[in-house]
Amino acid sequence: MSARTIELEILRYDPEQDDVPRYETYTVPYREDWVVLDAINYVKDELDRTLSYRWSCHMAVCGSCGMVVNGEPALACHTFLRDYPEKIRIEPLQNFPVERDLVVVMDDFIDKLGSVKPYVVAKEEKDVDDGEYLQTPAELAKFKQYTACINCLLCYSACPQYALNDSFVGPAALALAHRYNLDSRDVGRVAREDVVASNPGIWECSFVGACSEVCPKTVDPAAAIQQTKIASTADYFLSFLKPWNRK
Amino acid sequence: METINTDVAIVGAGGAGLRAAIAVAEADPSLKVALISKVYPMRSHTVAAEGGAAGVIKDNDSFDNHFHDTVAGGDWLCDQDAVDLFIKEAPRELTRIEHWGCPWSREPDGHVSVRPFGGMKVERTWYAADKTGFHLLHTLFQTSLKYPTIERFDEYFSTDLVTIDGRCHGLTAIEMRTGQVRFFRAKSVIIATGGAGRVFPFTTNGAIKTGDGMAMAYRAGVPLKDMEFVQYHPTGLPGTGILITEGSRGEGGILVNKDGYRYLQDYNLGPPDPWPRKKAMELGPRDRLSQAFWHEQQKGRTIDTDYGAVVHLDLRHLGEAKINERLPMVRELASSYIGVDPVHEPIPVRPVVHYTMGGIDTDIDAATCVEGLYAAGECACVSINGANRLGSNSLTELLVFGARAGRGAARVAMRGIAGTDDQQIQAVARAAEDRVLEFFRRADGTESISDLRREMNDAMEAGAGIYRSEDTLKTCTEAMQEIRERYKRVMLKDKSNVFNTDLVEVLELGAMIDVANAMACSALQRKESRGSHQRLDHTERNDSVYLKHSLARYSATDLPAIDYSDVTITRSQPAERVYGGAQE
Repeated sequence: MSARTIELEILRYDPEQDDVPRYETYTVPYREDWVVLDAINYVKDELDRTLSYRWSCHMAVCGSCGMVVNGEPALACHTFLRDYPEKIRIEPLQNFPVERDLVVVMDDFIDKLGSVKPYVVAKEEKDVDDGEYLQTPAELAKFKQYTACINCLLCYSACPQYALNDSFVGPAALALAHRYNLDSRDVGRVAREDVVASNPGIWECSFVGACSEVCPKTVDPAAAIQQTKIASTADYFLSFLKPWNRK
Repeated sequence: METINTDVAIVGAGGAGLRAAIAVAEADPSLKVALISKVYPMRSHTVAAEGGAAGVIKDNDSFDNHFHDTVAGGDWLCDQDAVDLFIKEAPRELTRIEHWGCPWSREPDGHVSVRPFGGMKVERTWYAADKTGFHLLHTLFQTSLKYPTIERFDEYFSTDLVTIDGRCHGLTAIEMRTGQVRFFRAKSVIIATGGAGRVFPFTTNGAIKTGDGMAMAYRAGVPLKDMEFVQYHPTGLPGTGILITEGSRGEGGILVNKDGYRYLQDYNLGPPDPWPRKKAMELGPRDRLSQAFWHEQQKGRTIDTDYGAVVHLDLRHLGEAKINERLPMVRELASSYIGVDPVHEPIPVRPVVHYTMGGIDTDIDAATCVEGLYAAGECACVSINGANRLGSNSLTELLVFGARAGRGAARVAMRGIAGTDDQQIQAVARAAEDRVLEFFRRADGTESISDLRREMNDAMEAGAGIYRSEDTLKTCTEAMQEIRERYKRVMLKDKSNVFNTDLVEVLELGAMIDVANAMACSALQRKESRGSHQRLDHTERNDSVYLKHSLARYSATDLPAIDYSDVTITRSQPAERVYGGAQE
């Protein structure tokens, strides 16, 4: 029985050697239970030591191995060979500069993540010896979905708005801001509004919803952004009714 | 070579490293912290922990219970003063993470909920569904962004400590984007690089768990302690080794062999009913469960698959609603990776290398014998884990000892260093840089990284697995010595300066070979069976000789020298470990 093989066409780019990116094709064994990452690891271990990419957990939780597989952003460790044709094209995530091969420069995302103040802003500091904040399962359920983001950047790769305007804060960071805004322990919504409710924040989003479609953890950043728009609009009109609350 | 001056340098930005960084920032906001990691913080392997973190919080529990579960679970090789400190700090650290926003699962009244874990007399595991490590890591990372004095150096691969006359002055690291080696000059250094499961072929550990930090400290003269103790988690998915949390058994899941029989009752863990029951059957400790699997396999009562023998973890009786609420990731992982929906079918599982109990020898303050050098988390050995770690103690450990390491390193940095010879320090740092450059200069490399790594993996699995003996361990140590020799001729094929993962893998392999040697040699010397270290030729625990920590000391040319230090016993004298009906 001849062993079945498939072809991987991988984008290669080393700024020290290449003026422009190029594609290189590798023939690898096909296995029914292999994910795309297994095939890429085969290339690295058996065929070409110079291929660079990020990976670690192989269980879709560390968020390292986001790439574009046959045109769609995906986690390489959670995308099966069996769901693709004989030839698979693998490229780095879109909308980020390529550092090398399948590795993108993610500085911009990291800056944006920090810009939304993604931590609890407490009303008053509570001593640990006074125990935990009470939070009912219903209160937890309000924001739990938005805690599931693994920062894999697939949503930035899919986002048409981020492609046009890289000042857009973007899906994952805005969803994270929403997560803290909804947390019963947090009073930081006003402090986050400078970034979140600004033009490059929620108002830049044109609600195409591509972010939610590609999210491997069903975080639904598009919903987070729409809910934030409603909350900010309410704030805006309330500021006329209660001018003493204005910033 | 560029020098980056800082006060405290932290290697590793997972749970322990982030907790340490925050502790330094809170101890003294004037101290500069350099948080250095080969990956972005949220990629760290803390992210993959599932089941939960232990800490006494409920009225039906007590510090005494947590103490005794931990010490007996560790087969009396834990230092009891460290365990006492750990269990008392545990609830405070877990509460602090709650204040920082961790989405812990809750009781209807809003209090944090706890679940049972293996080897626990009373349920005390705090959990965030079955993604506890993920939530803990992201909470710590996001909280760390509040502190302007924490400067991160993401994707810097640390290579060597810069140590002179027993004093650490910093470390060298490769900036992966440029390939340049930087010298981080620091008043104190904390290593928080996690475990080394990748030394073995079949592991729950991510690709990054290669023991780099352990090897750095080891080469700098700190002993690696209790390295023979490697934990097999009883329930990994065949093929990938993906972890299926102990929380599945905590919620009531059962293990059955090919005849549908709950075989654990044959290994002093029964009777099977009533179920669920604490410290019995599927809620026995991990070492006993993995060993029971091995015996079942010997008896031909496991199920053969393309990826080795398995048994079945059956969750069906929990029902879809409970599985979705408590174990959503387990359902997703099993469905995606092996096409089994645990709502309708049992999950095939087999024991898988999960945790290194051993590590960098530290005292109760997370300090090593090198002045100014600290270690915390899985890379360290305090030891609270002894010969077998109790499930759900590791997330708590990285918080408790990460914080202690941070506070200790801050104290050292505030004191400053007396009279140092700058030129000598720079010379040591340049030698470390040269060790990296040598891989680029070498033209005569003949050995392939992937071949050497595979051979190392195979030697460790065959020789130092769940059951070991003089014969298998001798074969293993000889193989490891040969691999170590051949590594000197390892070939670097990628000579680019930009994000060179060939270089990273060469350096990781070097670290793994050193760590594997320490494991195999320590295992060969310990002629008894205790916890996760089981010898077919010395089947009993021998307290008169081996109630000791092993200490492996690095040699650049020879096998490590193994000596021993005392175990601190305060209030629990070694006794028989009793689980199942016999404990009642």
